[in-house]
Amino acid sequence: MKLEINKKIDVKELLKDLDKYEPRRRGWHWREGRNENRTIGDFEFHETSEALKNYIPLPGSRGFGYIDPQPDCVITTEIASGRFEDDIRRMRMAAWHGADHIMVIRTAGQSHVDSLLEGTPQGIGGIAVTRKQVRASRKALDLIEDEVGRPINFHSYISGVAGPDIAVMFAEEGINGAHQDPQYNVLYRNVNMVRSFTDACEAKKIMAWADMLQIDGAHNANATAMKAWKVRPELMVQHAINCIFSKKVGIKPENIALSTVPPTAPPAPCMRLDLAYAVALRDLFSEYKMRAQQNTKYMESDMREATVSHTLNLMISRLTSADIQSTITPDEGRNVPWHYNNIAAISTAKQALNGMDGLREMVKLDREGPLGKDVRELKERAILFMEEILESGGYFNAAEEGFFIDSGYYPERNGDGIPRQIHGGIGYGFVFERDPDYFAPVSVHYGYNNVPKEFANASDAIGGDTFEDRSKIQYVDELDETDNVNTRLKETEKYDDPKTLRPEVEWKADGIVSTTIFLPCDERTAEFAAIKCGEKMGLDDVTLVHKQCIHPSEGTLVEIKGKVKFDIKLDELVIPEKIPVLSDEQIREDINDRPMFVVAATIGQDEHSVGLKETLDIKHGGIERFGIKYLYLGTSCPVEKLVDAAIETKADAILASTIITHDDVHIKNMKKLNELCIEKGIRDRIILICGGTQVTNEIAIEAGMDAGFGRGSHGNDVASFLVKKRRELTNAR
Amino acid sequence: MKRADDFETRRKHLAGLTDEQLKERFWFLASKIVEPMLELGYRNTTPAIERSVLLRMGFSSLEVKPIVEGVMNKGLMKFGAGNVVWRLSKKLGISVREAGIALSEGKHWDEVDELFIKVLSHDN
Repeated sequence: MKLEINKKIDVKELLKDLDKYEPRRRGWHWREGRNENRTIGDFEFHETSEALKNYIPLPGSRGFGYIDPQPDCVITTEIASGRFEDDIRRMRMAAWHGADHIMVIRTAGQSHVDSLLEGTPQGIGGIAVTRKQVRASRKALDLIEDEVGRPINFHSYISGVAGPDIAVMFAEEGINGAHQDPQYNVLYRNVNMVRSFTDACEAKKIMAWADMLQIDGAHNANATAMKAWKVRPELMVQHAINCIFSKKVGIKPENIALSTVPPTAPPAPCMRLDLAYAVALRDLFSEYKMRAQQNTKYMESDMREATVSHTLNLMISRLTSADIQSTITPDEGRNVPWHYNNIAAISTAKQALNGMDGLREMVKLDREGPLGKDVRELKERAILFMEEILESGGYFNAAEEGFFIDSGYYPERNGDGIPRQIHGGIGYGFVFERDPDYFAPVSVHYGYNNVPKEFANASDAIGGDTFEDRSKIQYVDELDETDNVNTRLKETEKYDDPKTLRPEVEWKADGIVSTTIFLPCDERTAEFAAIKCGEKMGLDDVTLVHKQCIHPSEGTLVEIKGKVKFDIKLDELVIPEKIPVLSDEQIREDINDRPMFVVAATIGQDEHSVGLKETLDIKHGGIERFGIKYLYLGTSCPVEKLVDAAIETKADAILASTIITHDDVHIKNMKKLNELCIEKGIRDRIILICGGTQVTNEIAIEAGMDAGFGRGSHGNDVASFLVKKRRELTNAR
Repeated sequence: MKRADDFETRRKHLAGLTDEQLKERFWFLASKIVEPMLELGYRNTTPAIERSVLLRMGFSSLEVKPIVEGVMNKGLMKFGAGNVVWRLSKKLGISVREAGIALSEGKHWDEVDELFIKVLSHDN
C-alpha cells in the first residue's frame, strides 16, 4: 500500500491483513541534520533540520519563495478524537505541516483497566489504546512518513494498573515513545504506590529494550495545582524521582525526557517566573532531554489568547533549549481538538521557532541579575523538599502525609496536597514477594529471576519470547460486535464517494461548523441570541463555544458550533473552470512579436502597493519579465488620472489594484473605471484588469472588468490573460 | 500540615555550597529517595508484571488474564505465572502454548498444585 498525494487515505484498505503487519523499526527518532547551518531560500538558518519531501509551508512563506524550514526539535501534536480511523487522516495532515511526534491520548478510564483492551471501541476524549488501533495507526504512519520523507514517532501512555502489559504491546508494535511515571498513577489515578513503582520497574525495563523515549508526568502537577508557579520546587523533585529511577532501571538518559511546562501565563509576569524555572531545570537535568510542553492551566476558550501564551512558551524554548516541542491545540479550552486546530498549534510552533532561529547567538541570559538569584533559590527549595521527604521516612511516607501538589511555595505548606495511602488505592494488596524459585522465562525482565542452570538466557526455556520471535505474538481483532471500526465505517460509507461532501471537524462527516458572531448587546443576552442565530441559520445542536465581553452594553463576541443537515453533491456544484495559463515561452514570443504597454496604479484612497508591484516587477516574477512595459502611477491614484494616462500612452491595458473593501469601495471603483472608459470611448480597445486580496475573477467581471486576480495570483497569470485577451480583441476587429 | 515559608532559615546549610555542589546534592538525594522503590521492584511481582511475562511467552491478553487469576487463587504468584505455565508444559510433555491455553480454559489446575511441592516443602 502506498499513499497518493491527491487521494484520501483508504482506511478500509489499511485495515486489510493487519494481523500480518510488522512495524518497520523500533526506537525513537531525532530529526536529521541538526546543529548545522543551512541555506534555505534567501537565508542562512542556524537551528533547523533536514527538509521534508512534501510539506505545506506557513502562509507568510509566499513572500519568501514558499520555503518551509523545519526546526531542529521534534514537534508534537496530540490527537484525541476517540476514533482512530479519523485520527489517522489528521496524522497525515499534521505530518505535512511538520509534526513528527504523534501522541494519541487514551480514552478516559483506561488507566484503571487491569488488562490490555482489544478491538477498536470508540473512546471518550481519546482512543481505547489497543493492539489493533496501535498497529493500524503505526501502519498508517509508516505510509505517511514515506510521503513526507521523515520518520514519525508514535507515542502513547504506559500508565495505570496495566503498565507492563501495555509496555510489552507497545514494544512489539513499534511504538516509539511513551509517558511512564509511577508518580502520575499515585497522585492522579490513586493507584497504590507500591504497586505503581513495582510495575514501573518492569515497564521501564521493557521500554529500555524497545529504545523508546520516555516522558514523565510531572506537568500534571502544573495543571492540578491552584497556583501553578508555586509548585515549581515540587515539579523539580518529581522530575528528579522519575529520571533517576528510570536511569537506574536501565533506560539510557538520552531516552529520558522531562515533561516540562512553563508554569504560568499572562497577565502574570510569566516570562520572569517561567524563565528562571526553565534555566534551573536545564542546569540540573543536563543529562536528560527536555520535552517542552505548553501551558494549559490558564487556557480559556479564547484561541487568540492561547496562541499568545504558547508563543511566549516557545520563546522560553528558544532562549533555553527544547529537544521536543509539544503543542497544545488552541481550542483545548473549548472542545476535543478539531482537525485544523492541531495544524494551528503545529504552525504556531513552527512559525515561532523559525522566527527565533539563532536568537541565542544574539541574546544572552544575564545570570548576574535576578535570574541567577531565582534559579539558585528554586534549586535550593527543591533540595529542601527532598531532604524533608527523606526525613519523613521516604517517598511513601511523604506521599501519605500529603507532601505533593500542596499549593504552598515549598517550604511553605498550605495543607491542601493530595494524600495517598501506602495500604490503599487501586491495586492495593496485589504485590507478591518473589520466592527464591521465582522464574520468568522472558528475555527482558527487571529484578530477581532464578533462571534454571541449563539455560544461558531465561527465554531459552520457551525457545525465545515474542521480542525474539514475532510470530509468537497473538493478534486479537474485534471483541465487540457493534462497537468497532467496521460498524463506524459502514455508518459513514456514503461519504466514501468523493462526490458527496459534508463538513467535519473531528470525525468523518460529523457535519460540525462554527460561526463567529458579534452581537451589539450584553454578554448574557448575546449567549442566548447567538444560539437563536445558529438555529435560524439552520444548524442542529447549536452550542456556544466562546464568548467575550467587548463592552458591558455595546457588544459581545460569540462563537457557536452546530451541525449542518445537508450534504454537498459535487455533481450539482458549479465550479468555474480554471483558466489555462500560457507557458512563459508562449507569452514571451507573443510580446516579442507585438510589444505591449500597460498603465497601473492602486486606485482610490488606498496606499497598498505590494501586490501590484509584485505583479509588475521583474524581480518578483511580474509581467515585466515577459517584456511587457508599464507605467506605474503609484497609490491612491484617482480613477480619472489612470484612464487619462492610458489614453495618453495608448496603453493596451489598465491594471488597477484595490485592497480596501470597506463599504464595497473596491467594487465601486471597478465600476467607475469601466464606466469612465466607456465614456471616453476606449472601452472596446482597452483591457481592464483589477487585482487585490478580496478580488475574485467573478466579482471583477460583474463590476465590468475583463478579469480579476486575487490571492495566489502571479505575474504569469496576468501576462497570460493579457496576451489571450489581446488576441481575442484583434480577432474581433 | 500548614507552615509559613521558612526558606531563609532552612536554607542556611545550603548557602555555602557552589552550584556544582548543589547539583551533586540534588542528585544524591534523588538517588537515595528511589533506592527503596528499586528494591521493591527487585523483590516483588504483580499481576501486571506476570501478565506481561505471559504475553511475551506468546499468549493473548484474553488468555493471560484467567491464567494469572488462577495462579493468584492457588497462591503461587511468588513463583511467577510464566514459571507455572512452563513447569506444567514440562510435566505434561506438551508445548508451552498448549499448557497455557489449557490453563486459560480452566483445565489442569489440579496438576498445578504438584508443580511446586518440592519447593513448597523447603518453606517449612
